[in-house]
Amino acid sequence: MVQMVQLTDKQQERYSRHILLQEVGAEGQEKLLNAKVLVVGTGGLGSPNSLYLTAAGVGTVGIVDADVVDVSNLQRQIAHSTNDLDRAKVESAAEKMRALNPDVEVRPYRLYLDASNIDEIIREYDFVIDGSDNFATKFLVNDACVLAGIPFSHGGILRFNGQTMTVLPGQTACYRCSFREPPPNPVGCSRAGILGAVAGMLGTIQAAEALKFITGAGTLLTDALLTFDAATMNFRRVPLKRRSDCPVCGENPTISSLEEHHG
Amino acid sequence: MEIRLNGESRFIDQVTKMSVAGLLEMEQVASPEMVAVQLNGEIVDRGTYHNTMIVDRNEVDFLYFMAGG
Ligand SMILES: [Zn+2]
Repeated sequence: MVQMVQLTDKQQERYSRHILLQEVGAEGQEKLLNAKVLVVGTGGLGSPNSLYLTAAGVGTVGIVDADVVDVSNLQRQIAHSTNDLDRAKVESAAEKMRALNPDVEVRPYRLYLDASNIDEIIREYDFVIDGSDNFATKFLVNDACVLAGIPFSHGGILRFNGQTMTVLPGQTACYRCSFREPPPNPVGCSRAGILGAVAGMLGTIQAAEALKFITGAGTLLTDALLTFDAATMNFRRVPLKRRSDCPVCGENPTISSLEEHHG
Repeated sequence: MEIRLNGESRFIDQVTKMSVAGLLEMEQVASPEMVAVQLNGEIVDRGTYHNTMIVDRNEVDFLYFMAGG
C-alpha cells in the first residue's frame, strides 16, 4: 500500500476545483497525487493527455516517444511549440509539464516501445494511455497490458473521427476482442489527414478516463467503443463484448508471450 | 428488410437477406480491411463475409480501425 500524501495548503488551492467535486474530493486528489500513469506517444493524443494529467496532479506521468518535433506536428500536438522543432518530443513535452505543475514527477522515455522493453516499463504504472500513431504499437500496448493486468485506454483518430475504449484486463473487452489483427496496408494520419482539434477531443476523453479510474469517480468506458465524427458531431457508444475466443484475453489465448507475437 | 446499421434504422428494399460482403459493397466501404464487422454483437470472421447472412432486424456495426494518434 502506497503511503497517502497529505495535501498542503498550496495543493488545497491548486486542486480546489477537484476537491469541490463530491466524486473526487480531497481523498480523490490524494489518490491522484499517489498515482502513476504512462502516456504512450507524445503526439496528437499524448499532448492533451500529458498536459491534463499533469495539471490534475497525477503524481508520476511517464511519457514515451522516440521522435523529434516536426513542423507538421504543430497543427495539433499542443505540447510542442515552434521553437521546439527538431527537439526530442519527450523533452519538449516534459519541459511544458514541469512548468505546468511542479508536484508531478515527469519521466521521459525516449525510445520505441517493443516486445523487449514494454513489460518492464508498464509495470511501473497504474494506468496506461495509448496515444501511439500505428497499429503495431496499439496491438502491442493492448497485449502487454492484458498480459500484465494493467488497465489502459485505447485511442485512435483519423480525419474527423475518433474512437476510444477503456480496458480492465480480465474483466472487460480488450482491443483485440473486436479488432483481432492489425489490418494490412493501414492508412494513417500522415496520409489521410486529421483535423487538429479532433486529437484534443479524443485525448481529453482518455485523460478523463484515467482520472476516473484513479479516483473511482463515475463509471468507466468499458465494454464499449466510443466513436465520434467531428464532421457531424455525432457521438456513438457501440456495445462490445469480451470474447471467449479472443487471441489474448480469451479462454485459450494464442498470444501468451510478447516476444513470440511482436518479436 | 430493415436492419440497424451503426445504430440507425436502415430499410433495404426488395431483399430478405444480404451477405456481409454485400452490405459492405452497398455501403461503399472503400477499404473493408479497415473495418471490423459486428453482427448482433458478434464479430464476423473476415473469411466468412461472403456466406454470413444479414436478415431482417439484425444489428450491424462497422468498427473502423483508426491508427492515428
Ligand atoms: Zn480480448
